[in-house]
Amino acid sequence: MAAEGQTSGTTPGERHAIGICFGNSNSSIAYTSVEDKAEVIANEDGDRQIPSILSYVDGEEYNGQQAKQQLIRNSKNTVAHFRDFLGQDFKSIDPTHCHASAHPQEFESTIAFKIQDKEGDEESTVTVSEITTRNLKRLAQSASDFTGKQVNSAVITVPTNFSEKQKEALTKSANGAGLEVLQLIHEPVAALLAYDARPESKVSDKTVVVADLGGTRSDVAVIASRGGMYTILATAHDYEYAGSSLDKVLMDHFAKEFIKWNATDPRENARSLAKLKLESEATKKALSIGTNANFSVESLAEGIDFTSTINRMRYETIARKVFEGFNRLIEGVVKKAGLDVLDIDEVILSGGTSHTPKIASNMVSIFPESTTILAPSTTPTAISPSELQARGAALQANLIQEYEKEDIEQSTHPAVTTVKHLSNAIGVLAITGDESKGVFTPIISAETAVPARRTIHINTPKEGGDVLIKIVEGGSHIKVTKPEPKSKTNGEKQDDDSEDEDDSDEEPEDIREKVWKVGNVLAEAAVKGVKKGGKVEIMVNVAGDLAVTVTCREIGGKGGVRGNLAAP
Amino acid sequence: MAAHTQVALPLPILPEGWSGEKDFKAIGKLTAATQRSIEPVGPHFLAHARRARHKRTFSEDDRIQAQENVKKVEDDDAGEISEPEDPMMLSRDAKDWKSQDHYAVLGLSKYRFKATEEQIKRAHRKKVLRHHPDKKAAAGSTEDDSFFKCIQKATEILLDPVKRRQYDSVDEHADVEPPTKKQLKDGKYYKLWSAVFKAEGRFSRVQPVPKFGDENSNKEDVETFYNFFYNFDSWRSFEYQDEDVPDDNENRDQKRHMERKNNNARKKKKNEDTARLRKLVDDAMSGDDRLKRFRQEANASKNKKKLEKEAAEKKAIEDAKAAKEAEEKAKKDAEEKAKAEKEQGKKAKEAAKAAVKKNRRVLKGSVKDANYFAGSGNAPAKVVDGVLTDVELIQGKLDPDETAALAQKLNGLKVADEIKGVWKGEVERLVAAGKVKSGEVKTLV
Ligand SMILES: Nc1ncnc2c1ncn2[C@@H]1O[C@H](COP(=O)(O)OP(=O)(O)OP(=O)(O)O)[C@@H](O)[C@H]1O
Ligand SMILES: [Mg+2]
Repeated sequence: MAAEGQTSGTTPGERHAIGICFGNSNSSIAYTSVEDKAEVIANEDGDRQIPSILSYVDGEEYNGQQAKQQLIRNSKNTVAHFRDFLGQDFKSIDPTHCHASAHPQEFESTIAFKIQDKEGDEESTVTVSEITTRNLKRLAQSASDFTGKQVNSAVITVPTNFSEKQKEALTKSANGAGLEVLQLIHEPVAALLAYDARPESKVSDKTVVVADLGGTRSDVAVIASRGGMYTILATAHDYEYAGSSLDKVLMDHFAKEFIKWNATDPRENARSLAKLKLESEATKKALSIGTNANFSVESLAEGIDFTSTINRMRYETIARKVFEGFNRLIEGVVKKAGLDVLDIDEVILSGGTSHTPKIASNMVSIFPESTTILAPSTTPTAISPSELQARGAALQANLIQEYEKEDIEQSTHPAVTTVKHLSNAIGVLAITGDESKGVFTPIISAETAVPARRTIHINTPKEGGDVLIKIVEGGSHIKVTKPEPKSKTNGEKQDDDSEDEDDSDEEPEDIREKVWKVGNVLAEAAVKGVKKGGKVEIMVNVAGDLAVTVTCREIGGKGGVRGNLAAP
Repeated sequence: MAAHTQVALPLPILPEGWSGEKDFKAIGKLTAATQRSIEPVGPHFLAHARRARHKRTFSEDDRIQAQENVKKVEDDDAGEISEPEDPMMLSRDAKDWKSQDHYAVLGLSKYRFKATEEQIKRAHRKKVLRHHPDKKAAAGSTEDDSFFKCIQKATEILLDPVKRRQYDSVDEHADVEPPTKKQLKDGKYYKLWSAVFKAEGRFSRVQPVPKFGDENSNKEDVETFYNFFYNFDSWRSFEYQDEDVPDDNENRDQKRHMERKNNNARKKKKNEDTARLRKLVDDAMSGDDRLKRFRQEANASKNKKKLEKEAAEKKAIEDAKAAKEAEEKAKKDAEEKAKAEKEQGKKAKEAAKAAVKKNRRVLKGSVKDANYFAGSGNAPAKVVDGVLTDVELIQGKLDPDETAALAQKLNGLKVADEIKGVWKGEVERLVAAGKVKSGEVKTLV
């Protein structure tokens, strides 16, 4: 926790906390209802996705969707895409996405925008910290209006690669907006928490990929979720393929359409370009729901109105490169974590761009059937990808708002969060029907933070009797087998042209499966005289220093066996 | 965790003779663990924090200590890719993108076809941070944005797998020229050619590509290498060097013409490239001392085999000769032996004959000694004749052994009755054996 709270004045009893997701493109705010359910708040315009944009007209401040519209007429006094500039110096910022709005400038070792934010012609230099403060103020105001109570504290989400300096700057800006920052939490973790907090979800050991595909950046994290605790195993951050790349595809498409009928390129005029961009984004969003979408701009260029349509197929074809970029990015992080797609139990698609059905269907084909793809088009009960982070932040705010600031800081201290994680899975050897060889059955997964305790109930041979419990470490690897070549007759039966075409082109895919390899033997134990049809309970308890306690007993039986392994 | 995992597979039966103190045997210890940061989020973390803190307060020192060995998840954005920018390159015009060295523009000259997508993205970002025209304008510089366009073009190509392959196909900077004769004089044959084929291997559809190896490579590896490169399956293509095809719809014919021309040029270049690689392999092969060595070794072993074969043939002839001689000798010996045996048999027969004669004399002598059983005085001729007829009859029925036996019994007997008794016994024996009919012998009964 970087917050050396200036405004840590609020005491737990007086707190009214919300969750804030503050992105370069959009912000959202959420609160928890009386039943501890997180809900995203709509602002006075009715938007749950509030563009992180501020615009000034004659001294009047606009934010959100209204400010976004100002990109057409008032781009110089409109500030957008600034979150990542917080706590940075001019040398290390990428100004690309500010090209069509106020440009960032170097100002006293920080970054500022020159805008007319007051009545009259006078320009002021507004630092990125100040802009952020103003944005957060608007968000807090919307939340206060909605809940009827003055919001004074928040949990805010940040990218996993936000530096300490950036976190400090954000905290300061929030304090400036009258918000005590209870905690800054990582965006992908907030998304995961939003899913895990649903009443129907069970605590389990799973490995999750969170793909946060936003407007100007795509961030992917592989997270080990073990007994409700989260550890990030690998991340990737990509500024090449994101929502705006998809806008660009449509902008180019419609610009070319326009040029076909009119001899002028709408991309060459700033105002036309802004209109083209806004409407392309709207068309893109419409394509996430419908299979057809309109594109319609009054006076797109040189006073010419332009209307066109596009269907989803065409869109997916022209945007293929971007989609493939997302695929490679996500596959890449899994590899970076030292894992295989077969190791992934869940893929959470987060961020506005994740509404796109094609991205979700690509995930379905990249990951095995056993992987749950959490996206609107693949899972009917999925949470809106745009709301995950704010919801997660609100849930966390609700969890900690009763604690003293000091307490929160101490609990999030590295001395508490830095923990040993198991290198290998720990399991027991079972047998299959006929084989006498042992089959590794995991009890505790690798990458589980210690101390940890897991219990399994395991069958015994039909007749019961004395059984051996062999506790071992296990590693998994991927076994690849070539599939049987397709029998000829099969192919000949089909009517040749149509179906054969796409079958025969693709080489039969290798069959890949995850197999366990038994490693280090840890202990053996015997449970004697198990009755016919009896079951045995095995509990493995790993202490913080890696000492292990194994307890085995027949369920419903008397006594049991217990033994210890010293710490390594 | 609430519900316990249920495992359907059964536990094994306890092996006979297994024993452990209180039915437990500690055998190993856990593998060392990895230090990682857990996310301080969610209800389960809160519980963890409560346990971990246990009313303790941590200091800044504790923070530093705790973070010391944590496995890092975020990469440092800085560093790694840094390459001085050639001023000539900075003044390039993006219109000439076809001749631009895209890797150099992004500062990835060292990596080229080996650069990962992530490296390219990072390199791009670094260049954007430095060269974005909006930043320069904000800083008051009036420099044009042509180099920034070069950066964008380079990134567009290198991040598109298809376009990147087309560019990598013609990226001469990644080529390694074959060594000249002069270079080879220094005796770095394998090192120099290795570099050449390592570079060529980038075009192979089949990966990994076998290595050229060094002077110690074995025959099998060297043969695998040459076979691989003589059957090289290359993805290299030459679209990148196409001439521009007019984009407008008016010049349909010209467009088609250009496309055909480009297609032909691509094919031609592809063929030339195949030939080039073949020649490269030929050249490498012709100077490859390992092949000479393998040939010599093969020859030596061939010679050895020849000698062995000749020796074997000679030996076979000799063996056959010896066998024949032995056979002949055996035959001769056998013949001689047979002859000797024959002679010996003859003697024996003669001896037997003589014995029979002698014994017969004894038989005849016995009846004479007994005066033909006529008492004293001269025996009438008729009696003598009758007795001798019977004696001869009996002799004819006897084999030499019986003759000898009878002779032995008669030998030395002088008394006529005794002699007659022996004869009588003999006749009875013969009658009993069915050799003589009773009554046939008239005098000796
Ligand atoms: N329904 C939709 N279908 C497709 N794309 C959408 C949809 N809704 C929003 N988007 C896109 O999602 C992007 C914004 O995503 P999000 O709100 O997660 O941004 P952010 O995290 O603020 O962005 P950044 O990556 O710039 O920090 C925009 O490009 C927007 O066009
Ligand atoms: Mg985001």
